[in-house]
Amino acid sequence: MARIDLNNIRHAYMAAPKGDDDFALKRVHHTFDDGGAYALLGPSGCGKTTLLNIMSGLLRPTEGEILFDGRDVTGLSTEERNIAQVFQFPVVYDTMSVRDNLAFPLRNRGVAAGEIERRVNEILEMIGLADRAGQKARGLTADDKQKIALGRGLVRSDVSAILFDEPLTVIDPHMKWVLRSQLKELHRRFAFTMVYVTHDQTEALTFADQVVVMNEGEIVQIGTPEELFERPNHTFVGYFIGSPGMNVIPVRVEGAAAHIGAHRVALPGIAALDGAARTELGVRPEYVRIGAEGIPVRIDRVEDTGRRKIVRAALDGRIIAAVMPEDMTVPAEPHVTFDPAGINLYANSWRVDLAQPGRGAGA
Amino acid sequence: MLELRDVSKTTSGQPHISHVSLTFAPGSLNVLLGPTLAGKTSLMRLMAGLDRPTEGSIWMEGQDVTGVPVQKRSVAMVYQQFINYPAMTVYENIASPLRVAGVAKAVIEERVTHAADLLHLTPHLRRTPLELSGGQQQRTALARAMVKEARLVLLDEPLANLDYKLREELRAELPRIFAASGAIFVYATTEPSEALLLGGHTAALSEGRVTQFGPTIELFREPADLITAQTFADPPLNIVAVDKRGSNFQLDGGLNLQVPARLSGIADGAYTLGFQPHHLSFQPRASDAVAVEARVSVTEITGSESFVHLDFAGRRWVMLEEGIHRLDVGESVRAFIDTRHMLVFDTSGRRISTAAALAA
Amino acid sequence: MTKTWNNRAWFLVLPVLLLVAFNAIIPLMTVVNYSVQETFGNNLFFFEGTKWYQDVLASPRFHASLLRQFMFTFIILAIEVPLGVAIALTMPRSGPWVSVCLVLMALPLLIPWNVVGAMWNIMALPDIGLLGYGLNKLGIPYNFTRQPFAAWFTVVLMDVWHWTSLVVLLAYAGLRSIPEAYYQAAKIDGASRWSVFRFIQLPKMNRVLTIAVLLRFMDSFMIYTEPFVLTGGGPGNATTFLSIDLVKAALGEFNLGIAAAMSIIYFLITLLVSWIFYTLMMRGDEQ
Repeated sequence: MARIDLNNIRHAYMAAPKGDDDFALKRVHHTFDDGGAYALLGPSGCGKTTLLNIMSGLLRPTEGEILFDGRDVTGLSTEERNIAQVFQFPVVYDTMSVRDNLAFPLRNRGVAAGEIERRVNEILEMIGLADRAGQKARGLTADDKQKIALGRGLVRSDVSAILFDEPLTVIDPHMKWVLRSQLKELHRRFAFTMVYVTHDQTEALTFADQVVVMNEGEIVQIGTPEELFERPNHTFVGYFIGSPGMNVIPVRVEGAAAHIGAHRVALPGIAALDGAARTELGVRPEYVRIGAEGIPVRIDRVEDTGRRKIVRAALDGRIIAAVMPEDMTVPAEPHVTFDPAGINLYANSWRVDLAQPGRGAGA
Repeated sequence: MLELRDVSKTTSGQPHISHVSLTFAPGSLNVLLGPTLAGKTSLMRLMAGLDRPTEGSIWMEGQDVTGVPVQKRSVAMVYQQFINYPAMTVYENIASPLRVAGVAKAVIEERVTHAADLLHLTPHLRRTPLELSGGQQQRTALARAMVKEARLVLLDEPLANLDYKLREELRAELPRIFAASGAIFVYATTEPSEALLLGGHTAALSEGRVTQFGPTIELFREPADLITAQTFADPPLNIVAVDKRGSNFQLDGGLNLQVPARLSGIADGAYTLGFQPHHLSFQPRASDAVAVEARVSVTEITGSESFVHLDFAGRRWVMLEEGIHRLDVGESVRAFIDTRHMLVFDTSGRRISTAAALAA
Repeated sequence: MTKTWNNRAWFLVLPVLLLVAFNAIIPLMTVVNYSVQETFGNNLFFFEGTKWYQDVLASPRFHASLLRQFMFTFIILAIEVPLGVAIALTMPRSGPWVSVCLVLMALPLLIPWNVVGAMWNIMALPDIGLLGYGLNKLGIPYNFTRQPFAAWFTVVLMDVWHWTSLVVLLAYAGLRSIPEAYYQAAKIDGASRWSVFRFIQLPKMNRVLTIAVLLRFMDSFMIYTEPFVLTGGGPGNATTFLSIDLVKAALGEFNLGIAAAMSIIYFLITLLVSWIFYTLMMRGDEQ
């Protein structure tokens, strides 16, 4: 297990990158603490898999260096870095039995037979394939194959880190719950440094202590699930995390109030703003309350998702989403209010702090 | 109207589909929900006419179409993989089924423009699919299925290969796109949440059988049996086997649960109780909420909600609570089951209607 | 498996079926007809039953050429398959050199059989040929028209030159279909180069290699033109393979009955061995 330092990493897939646009990864400088559970979250092409492959040693970065526990490993191969990686599609050795698949990484490293036996049995038990240990991997379902691939990643007790590249893509929803909670338990028991790449926010947020949100080759925000939910640094994070994402409403700010057209919303604080900045209000659907008071809206659509209702309402010509508990119904003359705890203000898409008036915060 | 009458499909002795009867109304959206290998794709192939059922018959608009090959039916299909012609432009891709059918040029122009507009592809019509994102590629495939104006449109997990957010966006648009068409839509998915967001009707599939068919929200709230309830739960349904004796639910291991007032009418005997993760909470939500003592095994936090995995006397339950709850592993907690939403199943797995039990 | 069900599709295949019938079945029936009769001029035939078959099966000459045939096929398979796989493994997986390699590999396959025979004949000539002259110059006595071993060496070398490319191309196609993740996973698991070959590449090439072995078996077992042009079956009968022997019997000696019976036996042997190969390799695949 190791701490991983990424020092000013940049990566371009082309030979002679010139502008910033040529880089698939535009300067990443970050430290993954020893024993931490991290997720790299972002849409396709945001550079998250590139970053993962740079950590595992499958890619050598164009610029910058990678340190494992302070040791420079930038030029070292995957094996020399001693990491484990689980891929999106199940990679198993078809002609080997389930047991041999799990034993393979240990045998290659010359681990003693008794130790191999013990580790493999433990993993077999954990992934629930003990009864099929002797079976050839070829005939198994995608679910089971991916469990073998996960198992092969976990079987080595001495790895520096375990990297996951969207490992649950091919797994059925029910199985995802089981595997996810098993991963979490494993992390708690063995304290591996784990980095998990995904585009699925639920997977990222439930797995990681710290989530790294990426977009277009850059890290947009690093934070705990709560931070990303409550205080998204950028409107992209607001949009990308949460389902539905955050409502982003263009506003005109005057002191401690924001104006949406003719309507006024009180802000929980005062922002120091550059006059020319484009200002937007960010409110998550969970903080939009539908009731008899506030700003009048027209209900566009109500989606009953079973445990809650998602209300799409038109406010000043713009559709916003609100979440309602399952037992509540929409009033006849609907109005919305925003819970002050969930109000964020953005200038040119970046979040600005709202200083509490009277408390004399420095802003 | 599409009707499947007692349809079965057996391949080399292996039953894939067993005695499925379904009726889909014109202009309806129908979800086939079930895990991998439940028979969703097999059933769609039968509906399309790609396969012939071993038993039973398939009727379209009151006509028996069993054995009529796919070319002769009015069917369009969209797959999980983004299937487009890589060398053609998006426009030509969308137009291709119309060109094959020999539709007049002006009509093609009009229909393609309309479909592209509906699926937000207008700016990309001159590009080739490989220059587009995954979401746009799948939109192209959807547009191609739409212009055909087939009476039956089959979608086999069309969003499964898309990013989470793209999936969310397209999913929100689909009901509107479907409503504009008037065809029968059949949509296969493994995800309960997707079925709920799409709405319409749902057929829950398990091992080649339809366990229940009805309005989606009804299936979720009032499943007919345990399998349907389990198919339709994400996170998984919490269950516990009990033996009702008077005012107690006895569990093996000497545990007892209080029988809530609204369930006191059911006869003594063995039952399985089921409830959704969001109907388990730290605070009682109803006056007759059933209290249980359990141990925390894992906590997952999504930012606004917490999934608390509990060990209740050896049973694995999941609690879905609003807000952030940081709990230590092994910690003992008291949780309450919301009895208003408790599902009671008899030993054969059928759900007992608690309203009927009360009346009895 | 699920199949599209459509009866009328059969009509589309009908012309091909008829063509195959004319091309394969009718000539085959003619040969069967010849093999059971004594043929004289003026279309006079006498029914002979299995006489020709008995003669052929008892003939030492047939045994000798059949043995030679099996030896030849065995040797070239033993060389071409491993060599072809080895070359495919060393070819680049991507980049501008891929197409160069592919074109180079495909070149021998584009040359007609008789040209190949003639080319190697000239190459192997001890006085002017590059190979013949070179070997003799190095102090290795070499004359393929006199020494049976030299003749065999040349025929085998020629076949390896001509046909290894086919195995290379098939093996390469098999290798290319392996997703990159497999190689990455193997690296991470610390697998040796040999393990990667044994547990990833070989299993994934299994199918194409089956096809390669089958094609090379059938082709080499029926080889005629190249050795005929190169050595004419000599020196003596050293390189007289089955098909050369067959042509000698049919056209050289005009033993139509013997030749026809030989053809049928030849055909059955090829069919049988191909079938054995196929079932063995497919069984390995299913497990």
